[in-house]
Amino acid sequence: MSILVIAEHDNASIVGATLHTVTAAQQMGGDIDLLIAGNGCSVAAQAAAQISGVNRVLLADDISLEGLLAENVANLVVSLAGNYSHVLTAATTFGKNFMPRAAALLDVSQISEISEVISADTFVRPVYAGNAMAKVQSSDSIKLITVRITKFDAVAETGGSATIEAVDAVADSGLSRFVGVSSSESERVELTSAAIVISGGRGMQNGENFHMLESVADKLGAAVGASRAAVDAGFVPNDYQVGQTGKVIAPELYIAVGISGAIQHLAGMKDSKTIVAINKDSEAPIFQVADYGLVADLFVAVPELDKAL
Amino acid sequence: MKVLVGVKRVLDPQVKARVKADKSGIDLTNAKMTMNPFCENAVEEAIRLREAGTVEEVVALSIGAAKSEETLRNALALGADRAILVLTDDVLEPLAIAKIIKAMVEKENPDLVLVGKQAIDDECNQTGQMVSALLGWPQATFASKLEIVDGTAQVTREVDSGLETINVNMPAVISADLRLNEPRYASLPNVMKAKRKPLEKIDISDLGLDTANRMTTLEVMEPPARASGVMVENVAELVEKLRNEAKVI
Repeated sequence: MSILVIAEHDNASIVGATLHTVTAAQQMGGDIDLLIAGNGCSVAAQAAAQISGVNRVLLADDISLEGLLAENVANLVVSLAGNYSHVLTAATTFGKNFMPRAAALLDVSQISEISEVISADTFVRPVYAGNAMAKVQSSDSIKLITVRITKFDAVAETGGSATIEAVDAVADSGLSRFVGVSSSESERVELTSAAIVISGGRGMQNGENFHMLESVADKLGAAVGASRAAVDAGFVPNDYQVGQTGKVIAPELYIAVGISGAIQHLAGMKDSKTIVAINKDSEAPIFQVADYGLVADLFVAVPELDKAL
Repeated sequence: MKVLVGVKRVLDPQVKARVKADKSGIDLTNAKMTMNPFCENAVEEAIRLREAGTVEEVVALSIGAAKSEETLRNALALGADRAILVLTDDVLEPLAIAKIIKAMVEKENPDLVLVGKQAIDDECNQTGQMVSALLGWPQATFASKLEIVDGTAQVTREVDSGLETINVNMPAVISADLRLNEPRYASLPNVMKAKRKPLEKIDISDLGLDTANRMTTLEVMEPPARASGVMVENVAELVEKLRNEAKVI
C-alpha cells in the first residue's frame, strides 16, 4: 500500500490542512508521498520534505499549474494515481475542486470528507449537516478521499527527511484561465487554524458592532467568525462564515455571540472543544451544544467580557 | 444558448435528520422534502440568464424516484421551460449521477450545465466536477458570480482565502454557491402553469449505463452527543470557568 497526499501550499510554506491530512494517511497505513504542484513552488517542496512521516516529495513545478486550475491539477493527479492505493487531500476549497474531477477521470467514486479511518477501505463520514455519521466501505481499486481536517490531529512540521523528486506536469488544458484572487484583509489569525474563535450572528444587528468582537478577539488572540445569517445580512464578508455552507472548524474555544444555532451553523462548529453561547433568548438551540451558556444582552455582556480579560 | 440545470430532491434543511433504529440510513418516511438549496441557486441563475436574453431555453433535470417530479414541477414553476426526470429507485453515488447527466448533455446539447455545489443530504460536493471531467469541459465550482462575455464564462468562486476569479471556455459546468443569487419564490399562477409544461420521463435502464455504486454503507449512526453544559449567571462567572475549569483562556 502506498498513499499520495496532495499538499496545499502558498509556494513558500505548507498549509496546515495538509499536516492533518498526513495523519489520516498514516492511519490507513503504507508509505506516504506528498505532491507539491504549482508554479514556482520549490521552496514549499523543501518545507514539505521536513514534515514528519513523509517518504517522498513529488514536485511538479510548471507554468501550467499557475492558479492551480482544476483541469490541470486533476490531469496531473490522474497521471500519478496508478502508483498508489490511496490519494488523499484536505476537504478545503482547493481539494474539493480538483479531487472529484480526478476521480471521475479514473472512473472511481470519491469518498468525501472522512472524519474517521476504520481500515484501509472503510471510513466514517458526516452526512446531513453532521446529524448522522455514515460508515462506508469502498470497493474501488484506487481510493480518492478528501479529509475533514478538524477530525485529525496535525503531524509535526519538522523531523522528517523526505527526498524530493521532480515529476512532469501535464500540458495546460487550455479550457480555463486563472484571473486572480482577492482576500479580505485581516491581521488576525486565520479562522480555520485559530485556537479560539469568537463569532457573531444576526443578533449583532450590523457590521459596525462586530468591532466589539474584534476587541475581545485581539485580547484572546482569536479569530472572528460569523453565522450565515450575519453574512447574508451583509454584516461581514462570506469568508467569515462558519457552518455547513462555510467553514467547518473545531477550535479549543468557540464563543457564539447572538447566534441562535441553526442546524447548518452547528454543523460548522459543534466539534469545538469548549463552546460558549451568549444569547438573550434562553430557548435558542445554541445552548443545547454549549458547555457554558449565558443568557444576556450581548451589548452588555460583550463589553463586560472585554473588560474582564 | 441553452442551459441544463440539475436539481435534487432532499430532506428539507430545516428538518433534523433522524437515524433509523436499524442504522440502515435516515428515516425519510413522511418527512418534508424540498429542492436542495444550492440547486435553487442554480435554477435561479439559469432563469436570470434567460431573462437577460443570454439564454433561450432552460431545461431542468432530476434523477431519482417518481416523487422527484415534484421538485421538477417546482423548477418549472420558477421558470424552467421543460423538464427531464430520469427514474431510478436506487440512491446513486455522484459518479453514476454524473454519467447520467453526461448522457442527457449528449441528448440535449446545452451550452452550459448549472448544478448546486453540493447536496445537503449526502454532502458529497462532487457531481459538477465529475460531469465536467466526463465531458472534457472546463469547470467553475462554488460560483458566487457569473458573467458570460464573448463566449466565455467569467466566474467568481468562493474559496477559503476569499474570492477567486477564473475565466472558462464554453460549454462549461458551473456549480452554484449560495451567494450566486437570491432565489425567487414561485407565484401561484406560475405553479398552475408549471403543471402543463412538458416533463419527459426516462427510465434509467433505457440509458444502458454502468451506474453501480462503488461504496457500501455499512451503517448510519447518531453523531456522538456532547455532554450537557451549564448555564452561568454572569460574565464574571463565565470568565472564571473558562480560566479555571475549562482552562482555555
